Amino acid sequence: MTAELRVSLSVQRQDFTVRARFDVPTGESVAVLGPNGAGKSTILSLVAGLLAPDAGTVALDGRVLTSIGSGRPFVVAPNRRRIGLMGQDPLLFPHLSALENVAFGPRSQGRSRSVARSAAGEWLERMSLSGLASRRPVQLSGGQRQRVALARALAAEPQLLLLDEPLGALDAGTVPEIRQVLRTHLRDSGTTSLLVTHDVLDAAVLADRIIVVEKGQIVDDGPTASVLAAPRSSFGATLAGLNLISGTVVERAAGGEGAVLMTGSGWQLTGIAADELTPGDVGAAVFRPSAVSVFDREPGGSPRNHWPAVIASLEAGVAAVRLRTAGPPEVAVDVTPAAVAELALEPGGRVFLSVKATEVLVHRR
Amino acid sequence: MTANFDASGRSVPRILLVPAVIGVLFLLLPLIALFAKANWAQLPAAISSESSVRALTLSLKCGAIATVVCLLLGVPMAVVMARFEGRWVLLLRGLTTLPLVLPPLVGGIALLYLLGRNGLIGRQVTTIFGQIPFSTAAVVIAEAFVSLPFLVLSLEGALRTTGTRYEVVGATLGAGRWTVFRRITLPLVAPGLVSATVLCFARSLGEFGATALFAGSREGVTQTMPLLIYEAFNSAGADQDSAIALSLLLVVVSAVILVLIRPWRSAVPR
Repeated sequence: MTAELRVSLSVQRQDFTVRARFDVPTGESVAVLGPNGAGKSTILSLVAGLLAPDAGTVALDGRVLTSIGSGRPFVVAPNRRRIGLMGQDPLLFPHLSALENVAFGPRSQGRSRSVARSAAGEWLERMSLSGLASRRPVQLSGGQRQRVALARALAAEPQLLLLDEPLGALDAGTVPEIRQVLRTHLRDSGTTSLLVTHDVLDAAVLADRIIVVEKGQIVDDGPTASVLAAPRSSFGATLAGLNLISGTVVERAAGGEGAVLMTGSGWQLTGIAADELTPGDVGAAVFRPSAVSVFDREPGGSPRNHWPAVIASLEAGVAAVRLRTAGPPEVAVDVTPAAVAELALEPGGRVFLSVKATEVLVHRR
Repeated sequence: MTANFDASGRSVPRILLVPAVIGVLFLLLPLIALFAKANWAQLPAAISSESSVRALTLSLKCGAIATVVCLLLGVPMAVVMARFEGRWVLLLRGLTTLPLVLPPLVGGIALLYLLGRNGLIGRQVTTIFGQIPFSTAAVVIAEAFVSLPFLVLSLEGALRTTGTRYEVVGATLGAGRWTVFRRITLPLVAPGLVSATVLCFARSLGEFGATALFAGSREGVTQTMPLLIYEAFNSAGADQDSAIALSLLLVVVSAVILVLIRPWRSAVPR
């Protein structure tokens, strides 16, 4: 059902050329981050077949969908690509009920009315929307509409799902809920996905890998945690400002309660659960570089989260010095110039880092 | 604040109200004059006379067929014009507008020189279909010629307003172009399609110039309501009263049809 995406293309925009070459392995989720107008949505349109590149190829599951510049040019029509698209506007068909919206994909692909409707019913149930099947889109809330839009996209059984700022139009209160819905269903269905977002947290929670795009060029590409902790681009650095440590959830916790994560390095990190956690879940602890304190010896007493680290680099920023540690885990820390002098911090030096549990949010991944 | 706000917050500069009211009066007063001049005692007889009933029946029948013809040709035209860009579409739109601004008389003459016995393709058409001018078919053709631009241009506007975003979503869900057209484009544009159809039918009912030249005025064959009214008005004496009575009937029929548009407009989905 799901497949590997290979992309290599270039297209001229008004003031720059968009060049992209990347792969999304089967079942993985890749986030495309970048400032407005960097060419993120252009990349999605090229992959979806809504736009033809000047040159390049798009292949899904070994099937070439777009090929221009080598041999006879061709672009497979969007409806024959098996690529789903979900944007920030749910764009539910206003003349159809929620159920009919979700049944549209299976029905268009030749399923009988009853098969399509029962598949749609199951998807609505999975999205906890069973009671709303007969509602028209205008009778649904913003969050419900976006759930129906996700159900509709997944019910069409795409080999690849494109997500273009899927949380962009939701009110702040609904964002965490829909982010979790996305995470759960992308993982459960094993759908390969390409996510365009400007919110680091979306990438931190949803993506296995991050690609940073600036002025049409890929300036950074790597596993989520390392791109966030050690961004190689100026945009990445401004947006990142987030540390992400993944691990396994140790204790059950409801959202807002204390959470404990066993990190890959074998020590426990305590924080606050961002949503419901069950033991064994893969989780991600997220905290800001300014929340981390640096000590030259093991801190005694209160802070429960502390670990030894080796300084990899020091970089002067506007108000603070950004210190990075060698992994694992790679962590960014903001320290004052005074602290750098007082603790004689330098690359290669051994330090202890600590972060208060109240500064750490633990998400399910 | 000097602007007028009603409960829903809409506001209009007062200076616009004066010409607006004058404009409404300008449109309504002639109709009121028609009502004032009517001979109400003779009205029922004039309306129910045999020639009047035959003319009204013919008008409704030909108007309905012309509207079907316009739908079959006009919906595809509107879709093509709304979904493509460029010089050719501009040219096509200009040509479509032409019958709208030409006097219908000119349209009638043009049709005569296309389909008449000595017309451009007249001989071939006559061999296959028989003589077209001055037949009931000629009424339908003349009405369709004049009404088609109304349908195409108003439907094209509705299609452009609806946009292509829903159609793109449909395609990414695996729907082919025909499925997208049938299950998304048409339902979304349904309110616009209904008003365009009503407009087209109403224009067909009122068609006079092209019909007069291309189809003539034979009772029961080509004499529609406007032609009967013209004939009654041009003859002397008491028939002028029946011309007024028939005019009133046409005004009422058209008004009823146009009022049908209203509930659909307010139901346009966003």
